[in-house]
Amino acid sequence: MAVLVYAEHDNSSIKGATLNTVAAAQAIGGEIHVLVAGAGCQAAAAAAAQIAGVSKVLVADNTAYTNQLAENVSLLVADLGKAYSHILAPATTNGKNFAPRVAALLDVAQISEITKVISADTFERPIYAGNAIATVQALDAIKVLTVRATGFDAVAATGGSAAIEAVGTATDAGTSKFVAEELAKSDRPELTAAKIVVSGGRGMGNGDNFKILYSLADKLGAAVGASRAAVDAGFVPNDMQVGQTGKIVAPQLYVAVGISGAIQHLAGMKDSKVIVAINKDEEAPIFQVADYGIVGDLFDLVPQLEKLV
Amino acid sequence: MKALVAVKRVVDYNVKVRVKADKTGVELANVKMAINPFCEIAVEEAVRLKEKGIVTEIVVVSVGPKEAQEQIRTAMALGADRGILVETGAEVQPLAVAKLLKAICDQEQPQLVIVGKQAIDDDNNQTGQMLAALAGYGQGTFASVVKVEGGKAIVTREIDGGFQTVELNLPAVVTTDLRLNEPRYAALPNIMKAKKKPLDVKTPADFGVDVTPRVKTLKVEPPAERSAGIKVKTVEELVAKLKNEAKVI
Repeated sequence: MAVLVYAEHDNSSIKGATLNTVAAAQAIGGEIHVLVAGAGCQAAAAAAAQIAGVSKVLVADNTAYTNQLAENVSLLVADLGKAYSHILAPATTNGKNFAPRVAALLDVAQISEITKVISADTFERPIYAGNAIATVQALDAIKVLTVRATGFDAVAATGGSAAIEAVGTATDAGTSKFVAEELAKSDRPELTAAKIVVSGGRGMGNGDNFKILYSLADKLGAAVGASRAAVDAGFVPNDMQVGQTGKIVAPQLYVAVGISGAIQHLAGMKDSKVIVAINKDEEAPIFQVADYGIVGDLFDLVPQLEKLV
Repeated sequence: MKALVAVKRVVDYNVKVRVKADKTGVELANVKMAINPFCEIAVEEAVRLKEKGIVTEIVVVSVGPKEAQEQIRTAMALGADRGILVETGAEVQPLAVAKLLKAICDQEQPQLVIVGKQAIDDDNNQTGQMLAALAGYGQGTFASVVKVEGGKAIVTREIDGGFQTVELNLPAVVTTDLRLNEPRYAALPNIMKAKKKPLDVKTPADFGVDVTPRVKTLKVEPPAERSAGIKVKTVEELVAKLKNEAKVI
């Protein structure tokens, strides 16, 4: 039994979610191989070889994989994956994009966003926006899984010394083409990896008012998130959305500012260690999950908080 | 061109679901059911493309129980032209739904398939991608903008870091994200008209698809409850608690 882990990377370095996915692979057991598919991705492959617990790194370095097009990547992973008992990908937008294609090409089921490994074929995963936890058993010979990073503690990024092996002939499905990418640039930590997250909701009033959250976040070394309401209202871009269909975060500290606490938002943050809610409505559902709540005007309270931390 | 849209009957998104006492699933008896919100966005997008003169016919498909006819009628009231229900009382998992949709694509030959990115019951986020793989189509998942130009679909996708735009050969599969559009409300005359639109009822066997589940649900439990904490009066008190009690700053 060997487990294939698909690495999330930017060609030069390995993204954090890969380390949580390797942790899930360790919980399953067996030899762990990491696949790095990209273009000019040798540095990422070298980094993958350092990950603790990894015995082999497979590198598919080809322009067909430059932009991680699901049509191309899935053909590669399905081809390599035949030799494995499990194929794991982080449940990032990239993993969610190509992994179901891999499962379909192999004629097996996929189990999405596992949060716990019970045994080699049995896993826990949240359903209904986290309002229920299902324990499911995969009946197919090859298990294709996406891994929710917050469910597993990351393995060490260093300490390993895996062999690196080049694999894969280039596969271009020829059905899709990359046109452009607009990536948000930020000096703050990545939402899903940050130890502290400060999020704003509809109560922020407008996008300009998010400045007070950025300022607080910079003092705390925190990432900034938002509720769907704030994103839909155009206050902030979509990549900041925390919730059932946005990003799932579980930081040490989550500060919810002007967020009422719809179940879809709670689904994305209720596994945070400590939750603080700042809201003027004392009946807001967010207070039902908050460890510490404070009722009042966020425009007074947030600057005060910034001064005191 | 013809567009095919798939819709799923799910528990209404406003309902707070409860896990059954015997842990076999969630309570569905006497619970309000509705069209999955992402599927509704898919229907709306197809209707907008029809209003722009790009799409000429919208076929809406659902796989599920007899009652899923209601969701097909809802889609028709929004503007879909005809419906196909693949009726089954059994649990149908994403791979089986994708195979059924593939069989329907073979018959109907749509140029564009639009589905929701995920259903809010099982939160799988798989069916569209699986259909695209089985049919050999390109895919534009988590779409926030869809354009059809020069025989291609140009899809802007919501990704972790921001946006990505891809160009897809047709036929292609698009899966909808929240901000693709805001679905309209069905007008009463359209609800009446929808009742007369054609709706074919088929079974998985008609398409030769084996829908036997590949994943077995062993149990369903409520999540660990988070108990409400305390309310503090001042920011000083809050900071003291975070420093000394929670030790997170």
